[in-house]
Amino acid sequence: MDSLWERVELLLGSVSKPARYVGGEQGARDVVHRAGAVAWLLIYPDTYEIGLPNQGLQILYELLNDRDDAVAERTYAPWVDMEAAMRSAGVPLFSVENHLAARAFDVLAFNLSAELVYTNVLNLIDLAGLPVRRAEREGGDPLVLAGGHCAFNPEPLADFVDAFVLGDGEEVVGEINAVLGPWKAGARRVEDRRRVLAALAGVEGVYVPSLYDASFAEGRLVGVTPRGPQVPAVVHKRTVADLAEWPYPRQQLVPLTEVVHDRLNVEVFRGCTRGCRFCQAGMITRPVRERPAAQVQEMVHAGLERTGYDEVALTSLSTADFSGIESTVRDIVQDPRHGRRVAVSLPSLRVDAFTVGTAAQIGQVKRTGLTFAPEGGTWRMRKVINKLIREEDLYGAVDAAFSQGWRRIKLYFLIGLPTERDEDVLGIAELGARCVEIGRRYQRGVTVTASVGGFVPKAQTPFQWFGQDTIEELARKVILLRNACRGVKGLTLRWHDPEATAVEGIASRGDRRVGAVIERVWRAGGTFQEWTERFDLSLWQEALAAEGLSLESVVYRDRSEDEALPWDHLSAGLHRDFLWSDWQEALAGTGVEDCRWTPCYDCGACTEYGVEHVVASALPPAGGSQGTGQDLRTGDRVPVRFVTAVGAGRQ
Amino acid sequence: MVDAVRFRFAKQGKVRFTSHRDLARMWERALRRSGLPVAWTQGFSPRLQISFGLALPTGCESVAEYLDVHLPDGGAAAWGLSVPEAGRGGGAATLCARLSSLLPEGVEVTAAEAVAGGRGSLQQEVTSCAWELEVLGLAAGDVAGRVERFLDAPSVLVRRERKGRLDEDDLRPAVRSLSVVGPAASGPDGTPGSRLQAELATHPRGVRPAELMQGLGTDLVLRRACRTQQWIERDGVRFEPLVTTGPSVDTDAPHARRAS
Repeated sequence: MDSLWERVELLLGSVSKPARYVGGEQGARDVVHRAGAVAWLLIYPDTYEIGLPNQGLQILYELLNDRDDAVAERTYAPWVDMEAAMRSAGVPLFSVENHLAARAFDVLAFNLSAELVYTNVLNLIDLAGLPVRRAEREGGDPLVLAGGHCAFNPEPLADFVDAFVLGDGEEVVGEINAVLGPWKAGARRVEDRRRVLAALAGVEGVYVPSLYDASFAEGRLVGVTPRGPQVPAVVHKRTVADLAEWPYPRQQLVPLTEVVHDRLNVEVFRGCTRGCRFCQAGMITRPVRERPAAQVQEMVHAGLERTGYDEVALTSLSTADFSGIESTVRDIVQDPRHGRRVAVSLPSLRVDAFTVGTAAQIGQVKRTGLTFAPEGGTWRMRKVINKLIREEDLYGAVDAAFSQGWRRIKLYFLIGLPTERDEDVLGIAELGARCVEIGRRYQRGVTVTASVGGFVPKAQTPFQWFGQDTIEELARKVILLRNACRGVKGLTLRWHDPEATAVEGIASRGDRRVGAVIERVWRAGGTFQEWTERFDLSLWQEALAAEGLSLESVVYRDRSEDEALPWDHLSAGLHRDFLWSDWQEALAGTGVEDCRWTPCYDCGACTEYGVEHVVASALPPAGGSQGTGQDLRTGDRVPVRFVTAVGAGRQ
Repeated sequence: MVDAVRFRFAKQGKVRFTSHRDLARMWERALRRSGLPVAWTQGFSPRLQISFGLALPTGCESVAEYLDVHLPDGGAAAWGLSVPEAGRGGGAATLCARLSSLLPEGVEVTAAEAVAGGRGSLQQEVTSCAWELEVLGLAAGDVAGRVERFLDAPSVLVRRERKGRLDEDDLRPAVRSLSVVGPAASGPDGTPGSRLQAELATHPRGVRPAELMQGLGTDLVLRRACRTQQWIERDGVRFEPLVTTGPSVDTDAPHARRAS
């Protein structure tokens, strides 16, 4: 395997940000390819600066390279100037460690974190020198795998990807590697390709689309069914039971050049059962699995020592819910080993769990950006989406922040939610204005940014049946809101392009027919569609029309209870009837409690897989009312396992 | 009183594709990892107080980069340097090796010196830089012809974009010397390569090697550029920012042609 470095080097003088293509990160492995070690190329299908920090990819990178029978390198999507230079010089997609051609690897494994990157996936397969359609790939070609949250509706990419992996990757990646070993040893022969795919379908958590038929009648999906009895009718996600057993990444990559989230990141828990009905992440990653606080401290300390970072983010879907978050933050900030110069950021905060104490702790060193996500503008709206935070909760959190010296905060909202009325939209402006007022009590010149996204219904959530708002309707609501915010000093409104929201909807709930649409957009040059300057709605509209589809049929249409959904053969454990009844309760404006602190309502995520919550405290965080008024301290019937102290041998 | 440490370091290999800003961040991380005391800037978000010299253009290599690390009151002892200990001996060698091990591959610290009392900023003091350049596209003899024409021209105008506006600039006054040293390795497709040396003034504005290439002809591709020295010229004498080998009067290469 020859390094392409000398050829790559010549291209770097004339492209933007050339450091994205050279590797050299602290923590990067010195990868030595050898017989008997399956070679993985881990790919994030967006730019280096977006993809490098991805923790999922870094965890797999370490786990694979720690094995005797695997090696892994990484790559990212070259920006358009580099891609053009590569194509004109005949340089294929290459890894950033050894600068090896992608084709030299046994597996190209994509991380799918967002739908708008799908055209990039095709582009990268093509840039690797492979046919984009899996049916046209041959024995000698690497296998194309994909995992990540978007794998919970993989159908739009089913014609291009050989196998998808659902859920946590830590355990399954080794099982997949064991299946690929003999295939590699057999020189990746054609006849073995079919055999290896069949074997992969037997690995729990792996979906091999070529072994399933998608059938259609009268323009609608009838179902996705297995071809033969040995293929599982439903593929179930994987779940690691105890995060304490996986203190990864142990050597977070420190890039040579600036990337997003350029700081130490330590995952403090996985999963979330707040039950926000719009949130796919909160549905597919259940149950809650906390990392023991002592292990968090150790990972923070070791990480800071090793990297020289002066900021650590405690990551999760809702970090303020971490048991004992205040003392955890305090212990980091006050750890004498860090010289009291460590900033802590909590990227995902619930307002009802954010207290003055937490604000004071994280504000001691550097006031990292504070973002709260009320999501809905009125209490009625928040009941529908089950984001049960009261206005008092929000104002309390905002007060805590401004009183501790913050001058700017950011609020996240969604528009286009089910049952939404104009008063709900206008409520966003009112909340924002009120937050500015609160800030003014402490200082002049405070700013509140209300950031508004258009809601895209996602697979495996209670809102999967909901017809997404049209571009025109979202645009109308944006204007409504813009007018309401105009003249409110200190309040800034930002919104996501309704056209991009619509396109996200195509991939989010599309079936296998959407693959041809993605291919057309890619062939027309539509890469990096998540980048405003590259996004082009007309490419999508033309492609939809050419395939006999429309935004109406794929995106805007309500689904009925008996309609076959493209992801019915895939499961995150959640019972379909739980999701449907939660959808009905949403329409009725009824909330549901957080089951980590209250009795189980049997969504299926724990009971299906024999796992349970792992939390250090049976009580919700201080002030955590969940808004419903019920007593949340009656948690005696919860299937909760408490975190035990982690012994030295386990770390 | 010692209040700063001045370093000389090299930036070579793949790390040369990082920007000046990236380099500053590498140094900040390395200094934090070292645990050595560094002064902090005042203000809303305090930072380590370190000052770099002239920015090295992204993609260029250097064996002559300089950096001043400012020390807090009473912090000098921890650094193990004494004044006027110069350059590579004793504590300096240990310090250089230690920091090199904390910096990415390709960033090598080659000299350190304790600085007492206000010295001018590197940015203002340096008057010119010496470069070694490798170009692809023409044989060495042909490149020499270009160089001759360049040096004989009263002015060499190139276009450059500044704040979104296209300006024309005269390169000629800033090119203090320029010469072909000999052939260099050819490109992957067999195009001939040549090696040049240049000394480029930094005032009123620095000329970048890529701009010099523009002035020599757009058919030449700059394959490698390495800054080999930074010069401070004062009262007809010139010396480098770290006085490890005594002031130098003239170290021009034998083939160099002095620009008048």
